[in-house]
Amino acid sequence: MNKNSWILYIGILVFGLVAPFIFPAFKVQLSILCVLIVLATTWNIQGGEMGYNTFGNILFYGLGMYLCASVQVGMFFPLAEWTESGGEKTFVHTPSQFFQGMAAGLVVAAVVPTIVAGLIGYAILGLRGHYFAICTLGLGVAAGEISGGIEIIGAGQGFTTPPFPNIGGLEARGEFFYFLSFGALVLTFIAVRAIYTTRFRLILNAIRDNEDKAEAMGIETMKYKITGWMISAFFCGLAGGIMGGLVGYIDSTDVAFDGREMGVFMVLMAILGGKGTLWGPIIGATLFHFFKEGFWTFFLGWQYVALGVLIVVIVIYFPEGLMGWLREKYPERFGEVVDEADRKAQIELK
Amino acid sequence: MITIQACLDGLLLGILFALIAYGMALQWGVMNIINIAQGDLVILGGYIAYFMYLYGIHPAWGVIVSPIIMYFVGIAIYKLVINKVVDRDLFISILATFGISILFMQLMNFAFGADVVLANSGYGTTMLFDNNVVLPNSKIFSAFISIVFAICLVVYMKRSKLGRAIRATAQNARAAKILGVDTEKVYAATFGINAALCGVAGALISITFTIHPYMGLPYTIRSFMIVIVAGLGNLPGVAMSGMGLGIFEEFADYILGTEFRIGSVFLLLVLILVYRRFKLSRKREYLK
Repeated sequence: MNKNSWILYIGILVFGLVAPFIFPAFKVQLSILCVLIVLATTWNIQGGEMGYNTFGNILFYGLGMYLCASVQVGMFFPLAEWTESGGEKTFVHTPSQFFQGMAAGLVVAAVVPTIVAGLIGYAILGLRGHYFAICTLGLGVAAGEISGGIEIIGAGQGFTTPPFPNIGGLEARGEFFYFLSFGALVLTFIAVRAIYTTRFRLILNAIRDNEDKAEAMGIETMKYKITGWMISAFFCGLAGGIMGGLVGYIDSTDVAFDGREMGVFMVLMAILGGKGTLWGPIIGATLFHFFKEGFWTFFLGWQYVALGVLIVVIVIYFPEGLMGWLREKYPERFGEVVDEADRKAQIELK
Repeated sequence: MITIQACLDGLLLGILFALIAYGMALQWGVMNIINIAQGDLVILGGYIAYFMYLYGIHPAWGVIVSPIIMYFVGIAIYKLVINKVVDRDLFISILATFGISILFMQLMNFAFGADVVLANSGYGTTMLFDNNVVLPNSKIFSAFISIVFAICLVVYMKRSKLGRAIRATAQNARAAKILGVDTEKVYAATFGINAALCGVAGALISITFTIHPYMGLPYTIRSFMIVIVAGLGNLPGVAMSGMGLGIFEEFADYILGTEFRIGSVFLLLVLILVYRRFKLSRKREYLK
């Protein structure tokens, strides 16, 4: 790691820490951006590094969301009566109860999806290519439909998460959730960056490039695939738990297991930025969030139409993403040695 | 009695699913594309029949009108999007058609509203077994029409020149090209035929069941499931697994409750894929 990248990291960290005070009106948007970056980065472990294009990470996100809220409520109050009352203030969390519940909830929200990923990983990750993609799509939608039928977590009418406690008239909800999600982002970035410098990443890339050969070289591919998925599940669950508290209301198909929106968003963000790079998903998520907010403001009512068109355009004309495009344009900056004569010869051949 | 009722309902429903799945198998086999927007094409076909019903024409005529319109819709989609993803990775086609699916869903929501609608055919019902089993005639009608269309299509694929070209392209696109088949045209026609099949199925669904702009994805998943169980280009298999799925769904509806119906379909897909994966992994193979 050289000096320049340290300056970059510290600059981003400082910006992240002061951002909610510079842009107080955009605190919620910035928190959502952090969550989106976490989701895109973790999707990239599957789709970009491992070559397993999943629509199923939404499963862990939604699971984390429900678990965090359920633990937060269930630790102090009867869960069934809470959801029954549908957000009426029958039970009120004291500040200490709220924060204790949130902390315990986030731990559960991160750990349980990881275990789930480990359990189903052996069955699901044996599928390859588009079978894996469709299977995980089915898994996400099934989870949404089934959780929409379970009474104790609110069934069809939704689940209201505990409102943020009022600490002596201080309005700190936005800051609290911003720093929570920013913390999750920093944690994810450090973890993913550390992983990407190890042999683990090379093994994932080998699986992506040719799984049969990787197996023939003596790599227990299944073990690594499951590990990769569990890492994703951990951070997805964490992001889901934070997002649940941030939105304040959990609905099975529209907020938690929202395969139509969030499940596709994470794929798109990673592709837009460039699959298989560390910075690609981060840049992609930031760009995408700006696009999306623009759509939601200027094309009010038509946002999904614009979104559908955007998906088609990105996928058809921009499948390598921003980083892929930059890499083609400036290969030297990515540490690739370019033989000018050879390159010209290749262009002439085309 | 409930058992017989569920079986008969499932059988008639399954024939409809098989028709949609046949379109899926056709485009998958010929163009190597998985079309997530399949279900949305079905729903769009349903809305065409529903509109004829609103304007006082009997919705059963939708069975003729809807495929004609949908054929051109299919060609338009092919020219705009699909022809750019045919030779690419399958995941690209999945994502691109996912985009089309979202687009269609929302456009239909604007154009037709978010209400659950059905076109009333006024066909009445048939009572069987001492009035214990109730079968709407519209279901029998729709199953009959589906079978007629399926037979027509099979004969067309076997006998006509275009059908031969489509089969040749499915076997080996490059060889077909060398032998003078205009594969681009064949692809467009295949996608158009698939959309037309969806149109027929949609019109029948709007008569028998209900349609709603967001109901497309389950139909895609059902047809995908039927195709992977039956295999590509195995028409009797598609019909059998379609009916099996229909019966499964009716029983899931009856035993688990209606709110878990769609969920159980998606879960069944996961279970089937996992089962096949374990079966194949004994021979050190995997689903391709």
